[in-house]
Amino acid sequence: MSETIAHLANGFVVALTPVNLLYALIGTTLGTAIGVLPGIGPALTVALLLPITFHVEPTSAFIMFAGIYYGGMYGGSTTSILLKTPGETASIITALEGSKMAEKGRGAAALATAAIGSFVAGTIATVGLSFVAPAVVDLALAFGPAEYFALMMLAFVTVASLLGASVPRGLASLAFGLGIGLIGIDMQTGQARFTLGLPNLLDGIGVVTVAVGLFAVGEALHAATRRKFVGADEIVPVRGTVGMTAEEWRRSWPAWLRGTAFGFPIGALPAGGAEIPTFLSYMTEKKLSKNPEEFGQGAIEGVAGPEAANNAAAAGVLVPLLTLGLPTSATAAIMLAAFQQYGLQPGPLLFENAPGLVWGLIASLYIGNVMLLVLNLPLVGVWVRLLALPKPQLYAGIMVFAVLGVYATGQSTLDLICLLIIGIAGFLMRRFDLPVAPTVVGLILGPMAEQQFRRAMTIAQGDVGVFVTQPIAAGLLALALVLLVGPWLWRARRIA
Amino acid sequence: MNQEQKAARDPGAVGVALGLIGLGAFFGIESFSIAVSPIYAKIGPTVFPRVVAGALVVLGLMLLRDAWRGTWRGETEADGRPARIDWQAALLIAGGLLATVVLIKPAGFVIAATVLFVLTSRAFGSAKLVADTGWGFGLSLVAYLAFVKGLGVDLPAGIMSGVM
Repeated sequence: MSETIAHLANGFVVALTPVNLLYALIGTTLGTAIGVLPGIGPALTVALLLPITFHVEPTSAFIMFAGIYYGGMYGGSTTSILLKTPGETASIITALEGSKMAEKGRGAAALATAAIGSFVAGTIATVGLSFVAPAVVDLALAFGPAEYFALMMLAFVTVASLLGASVPRGLASLAFGLGIGLIGIDMQTGQARFTLGLPNLLDGIGVVTVAVGLFAVGEALHAATRRKFVGADEIVPVRGTVGMTAEEWRRSWPAWLRGTAFGFPIGALPAGGAEIPTFLSYMTEKKLSKNPEEFGQGAIEGVAGPEAANNAAAAGVLVPLLTLGLPTSATAAIMLAAFQQYGLQPGPLLFENAPGLVWGLIASLYIGNVMLLVLNLPLVGVWVRLLALPKPQLYAGIMVFAVLGVYATGQSTLDLICLLIIGIAGFLMRRFDLPVAPTVVGLILGPMAEQQFRRAMTIAQGDVGVFVTQPIAAGLLALALVLLVGPWLWRARRIA
Repeated sequence: MNQEQKAARDPGAVGVALGLIGLGAFFGIESFSIAVSPIYAKIGPTVFPRVVAGALVVLGLMLLRDAWRGTWRGETEADGRPARIDWQAALLIAGGLLATVVLIKPAGFVIAATVLFVLTSRAFGSAKLVADTGWGFGLSLVAYLAFVKGLGVDLPAGIMSGVM
């Protein structure tokens, strides 16, 4: 405990240097600005801004990244409320309930409760992160390859099957990502796999290429090909009193706290993600409300709770990412790629080897949250103007930055061809309702899972029994299996 | 499964399912061309690819069943028919990316990105060719200068290398 406080204090010393404060400010500002653009969620925000960190010293780069990550979340809520276009599944509820509030002239209150709720939840969850992470690190130090492999299987199952409309479609998306991840040199034997004889493919297809292809090119193709047949999005003008009335404050704060209570623990689980807590929060607020009929018509609790849950989960997701190297959302997968770019592997050893970086990053989350509150409350009008950018030039600009980001990471025109192919896949996934996040998680986690599996097998001298005889690994694998087939059995029983 | 859900089959969904099966088959067949050293024979570099290939084929078959029955369909218009696609817009965006592939090294990032910008805004219905060229050039130039001069990122200057 006291050790944690000492680490955190050192982290603040790192984060509060003028240079790092500047990077935090740049990160939060860019994150908000890009996150607010329609069609761009936090995952794409992080992927597009990855190249700007190439030549920045790692600690500063991750402080900027943390700002981008949180900033993308704040910016995304503004778009959800005023444009009714959620940038990610975790903002769907904000979009539904918040846009109703905006239509009733309470847009300013919806933006305020989202921003303040995000601040409250983000800060509480960052405190949670500060104290939970060291405990998980202690636990993780005892983990061997078998346990890591089992954890990854659990993450695969939850990412692919708990989200989205259908289990086979989620798993298909995961398998697609795993397949892309196979391309390149096998890390253990040095054999080239599925490179089609192309030397440029030896390094594999990068996470940035895949994420930008799926999120940016896929979205641009989808929006452009449907533009003529669907009505234009309408920005709901922000009217009414700025800020919240006393009544709205009274209704918001319990929802923020309950949302945080759902978001952080679920996000922190190695199988979490942000979608489930937002739904749980919404259902709870509806159940507890004296006027449940308001829900769906613009109830402030329906924005306050899920937004808090979303932000708390975003901080929670950093627990498995930093302590275990386990990404459980598309955004976290891209963050992991950023770490790898610096030759850093998140996990218990990172806390020992680079405490300045890890704790500086955690401390900067507190600072970033304060910056974001300021950036998003008084200055929200500036961001709202970004929503009015004309669609053709907006998407054209997104495409330019997509190419810049992808080309800058690999200096290869083959990457641009891959970008187009993956963009077409992203278009198809949107059209046929296949979730995109499992592909990104599968891509980055697949090679790691394979490596851990083979290491475990080498240590056990080829005995598959190692996954059953080690209690932690066996328990995690059993849990993954239950989560995979459980919903099917449950559904089968209900039909029968 | 009630009767109403057994709506018309969406050929696109059938195609996506077949595509997944094809991808699985590709990984499965190609895995035989990976050289395996006998030391690693037990869990060598082909085990995971074959598991993934098998998963793609099985999941593809499951989705094929759903698509065939009409329980899995793509986006639809209000009348329930598969959503229409503006192919010209798709070609403009794909063409923009391909133009970038061809142009980025010889002509440089700024020129390639300007072409991409113009074609993409055209795909979204913009008819202002001159204005878009100006906006695209300005944006690409600012991005180039910020990233190359400001952040040290490497992007090709191409034919503009003399000017910049």
